[in-house]
Amino acid sequence: MSKELLKLRITELFPEAAFDESGEWLNTEVPAEKWPALAEQLKADSHLALDYLFCLTCIDWKTHFTMVYHLSSTKFRHNLVFKVKLNREKPEVGTVCHIWRTAEFHEREVYEMFGVNFLHHPDLRLLILPDGWEGKNPLRKDFEDPVNMIRL
Amino acid sequence: MYRQTEIVQEKSPGIVGESGEFTINVGPQHPATHGVLHLVITLSGETILKVEPHLGYIHRSIEKMCESLTYRQFIYVTSRMDYLSAHINNHACALAVEKGLQLEIPPRAQVIRVLMDELTRVASHELWWGAMAMDLGAFTPFFHAFRERESINDIMEETCGARLTMNYMVPGGVMQDIHPNFQRRVKEFLKLYKQKIHEYDELVTGNIIFQNRMKNIGILSPEDAVSYGCTGPTARGSAVSCDIRKIYPYEIYDKLEFDEVLEEGGDSFARYMVRIREMQQSIRIIEQLIDNIPEGEFQAKTKAVLKLPKGEFYTRVETARGELGVYIVSEGGTTPYRIKFRSPGFSNLSVLDHIARGSKIGDLVAMMGTLDLVIPDIDR
Repeated sequence: MSKELLKLRITELFPEAAFDESGEWLNTEVPAEKWPALAEQLKADSHLALDYLFCLTCIDWKTHFTMVYHLSSTKFRHNLVFKVKLNREKPEVGTVCHIWRTAEFHEREVYEMFGVNFLHHPDLRLLILPDGWEGKNPLRKDFEDPVNMIRL
Repeated sequence: MYRQTEIVQEKSPGIVGESGEFTINVGPQHPATHGVLHLVITLSGETILKVEPHLGYIHRSIEKMCESLTYRQFIYVTSRMDYLSAHINNHACALAVEKGLQLEIPPRAQVIRVLMDELTRVASHELWWGAMAMDLGAFTPFFHAFRERESINDIMEETCGARLTMNYMVPGGVMQDIHPNFQRRVKEFLKLYKQKIHEYDELVTGNIIFQNRMKNIGILSPEDAVSYGCTGPTARGSAVSCDIRKIYPYEIYDKLEFDEVLEEGGDSFARYMVRIREMQQSIRIIEQLIDNIPEGEFQAKTKAVLKLPKGEFYTRVETARGELGVYIVSEGGTTPYRIKFRSPGFSNLSVLDHIARGSKIGDLVAMMGTLDLVIPDIDR
């Protein structure tokens, strides 16, 4: 499907979608409270069939967080990017790990690295960081490691 | 939710209560985990109820480090992620930077890159094969695998100056031209490989004990493989077509003749066969290219300081373990604002709990072995 057709289909599912075509793939911005419901439709929709979440990450823009979901269809081979803006003071978004199971580990990583709270996640706790790291989120821009390997 | 059993949060050594459930720890120092992976396994008798990986023993925070490294520097760190596919990691990063700069690289560099990638893939699968057989109790294959792998390492050493952390591919091409001996030695290796490859099947593949331990173990359905984000031989063992070299070709892969290896079974033996057959496809690619390296520059002309325009750049390549994604968010400076490595091992590990539930603890190494986990790639 071409970018235009994909855009039409997403608009049908979600009329308020805001698009950004500057990158290689079509970017769609979605409000946090609408995201899990839309995500379910994206996978179930027979034209989009986004069954493969190949990357899930977060970006700290200092004023807010952006959750980035890279999705792909193993049937049609198109790629789409969905972005969810989060409040930096209280970052919260619904989990998608019941839709794409790979999200369970990826969300745990984002939870410890950025402190994003994934609602209804079955097992949200530290994955990589050792016990006792709660509250300090290393990939946030304002985190300063007492031993900075680069500036040593 | 989809979980079959309740999550056991508390660490409980020994037998717990009347249910008969107990937990054991495998690793972080255990020969079968091939690195510092820590698994907490909940058992009922010999049956696995749950496998819970504890990561981070070799976490170096590569993503955070990259935020303060320039686009020339950060490639060196990535050799330390999946150290068995160092070339391919460097390749992914170089491609991402080139995408941002909209840089065309000379044909000679493209061919050298593909040759190095495929040699790396063979070397990585060799090591996997030896280590996998060792996990299952056969020690001899390890020496056979290293015999061939050594000659690849020697070739690499001559051209790149390193045997493991190559740092050979840089934005614009490759670091330096290939060594004058390169073509001759690769051809020698191909000859050696073809003389010896039948030993692999005689020693391990056709061995009935080995087959009994691998077949119908750790069955992964195609739907679950996609849902868990499995890629590489792990997913292709479940007949999921996911070879990035075929689907989204980069460099000159679209002009080469090779087959995407798919197996139907979805069990450990299918994943094993994918890797064995994939080595032969890599040899096929090397044979097509080794006599056809075009003359010319090995590096495009680039500025001393690389600046990427504002924007987002994502590249995907096929490493020996699956799909590696490099996601660069640039604000227009000399260092990335945010970088994310979507490592294949991370997603492949997440499926371990799913495929291990309900099987016997003795089969766990046969499952883990065929996922081909490299821990620094998972932790990053």
